[in-house]
Amino acid sequence: MTLHSFDWAFVIEKLILIIIIVLTTLLITLYTTFGERKVAAILQDRPGPNRVGPFGLFQPLADGLKLIMKEEIIPTAASKWLFILGPGLAMTASLMTSAVIPWSTDLHLFGRTIALQVADVNIGILYVFAVVSMSVYGIMIGGWASNNKFSLMSALRAASQAISYEIAMGLALIALLMTTGTLSLKTIVADQVSGHWWNVVYQPLGFIIFFICAMAECNRTPFDLPEAENELNFGYHQEYSSMKLGFYLFAEYVNMIMSSTIMASMYFGGYDLPFFDESTVAPNIAAMIGIGTLLIKIVLFVFLFMWIRWTIPRFRYDQLMNLGWKTMIPLALFNMLLTGAMILAKL
Amino acid sequence: MQALTHQSIAVNRKPMTFWERLYLINIIKGMMITFSHMFKKQPTIRYPEQKREFSPVFRGLHVLNRDEEGREKCTACGLCAVACPAEAITMEAAERMEGEENLYKEEKYAAKYEINMLRCIFCGLCEEACPKDAIYLSETFAPANYTRKGFIYDKNDLLIPNPISEATAFAEAKGVQA
Repeated sequence: MTLHSFDWAFVIEKLILIIIIVLTTLLITLYTTFGERKVAAILQDRPGPNRVGPFGLFQPLADGLKLIMKEEIIPTAASKWLFILGPGLAMTASLMTSAVIPWSTDLHLFGRTIALQVADVNIGILYVFAVVSMSVYGIMIGGWASNNKFSLMSALRAASQAISYEIAMGLALIALLMTTGTLSLKTIVADQVSGHWWNVVYQPLGFIIFFICAMAECNRTPFDLPEAENELNFGYHQEYSSMKLGFYLFAEYVNMIMSSTIMASMYFGGYDLPFFDESTVAPNIAAMIGIGTLLIKIVLFVFLFMWIRWTIPRFRYDQLMNLGWKTMIPLALFNMLLTGAMILAKL
Repeated sequence: MQALTHQSIAVNRKPMTFWERLYLINIIKGMMITFSHMFKKQPTIRYPEQKREFSPVFRGLHVLNRDEEGREKCTACGLCAVACPAEAITMEAAERMEGEENLYKEEKYAAKYEINMLRCIFCGLCEEACPKDAIYLSETFAPANYTRKGFIYDKNDLLIPNPISEATAFAEAKGVQA
């Protein structure tokens, strides 16, 4: 293949799509931090941040500015390169998930059919899994490189938690794959759009398991043991300051949005607006409606994450492990068995 | 051992059942409680815009009073300084000169009167000790300051505006502090 035969328009199209997705994700994340504080406040009968700009809408910008202006501290005993690599890795890994998510149906612009998905790989879900497993490296490397006992403890916790819950998450997914018969996220969503029901109807137990494990993977309360202040001071980002700390905190929110998107895509029909026939409107409008629908689903999931965080306290470490190994994994196995039996019985 | 009350409840140490170990039902119960709080009235008072009404017996910043003709009531007798448990009040007395009758009510007045607001515990004993009703505690509190020195209030800070020459300022001070 020569350079001339190469489809440059395709590359540019994908590049623009990637930039738009990353920027939008970061913008939404910025306002998720604001949303988190507002939701927390409302659930606790408080008004929440309301000083910066109208309704406090510029609060995330003020927070970001504050983080950037802070002094950058790298401990002398820290392993410098890994210390810097940690937050970057956490951020990159959490953003990389967005590559295989189908954001909507195809867009028709300038005589081209633009797929609103960066890469339609036929192993989409495996890719998501690989990337999600990588996100724990950011925490582990940061915790280890800080050369701080508490950070290291927290990194160990993060790693063992990720391992424990990834098993149940994978098992829940296997059951889903048994019903859909494909690993490609695009096909899974398309099946739900053209098919009659969303996957959550076929896999309610699988969804609950997946949801709980996703919460554990994101290190959200009640599974935020790596950040348990009362035991570990501040957790893996104890030695971090300025924007490196900001990256860690930010990556957590990106993770949350990404797992919400994955859950919406796999179990709740992705960009499918229920009781609405997309073929009745122009394809571009249908694509826009699809994006809007997916965004609404993501926001609902993010709200659910926050709602749970501000309702229940953190698990004890043994409770976390018991729940992971003695409850989630058997349940996921049972779910798999049940799905297999259903398929055999052709239900 | 005899129980002190009949209200003690024995701790339930039964191992949790499978459904309890899932925590799901109880978590959903809790989530319903927090959700109901979304619609509750917020007790927050948005401070600089809204202010909470003080009770009429609130003991805030001190005010040195004047009579209806605008003369200072304080005679620098020192009873407030003696009564003060925090020793926050200091003063220097001076004698009223000929032609100062419109400034000071009695023959003796306080040339210097200082209250250290960092020492003051706002107990109101100075107000009780004063035989001339010259000092009372208002319904405001000491605002923040950058230096410790800024918290030592002298006569200029404490005196209420003159009701005759500065009628509006006096009314304002009365309205807020009376």
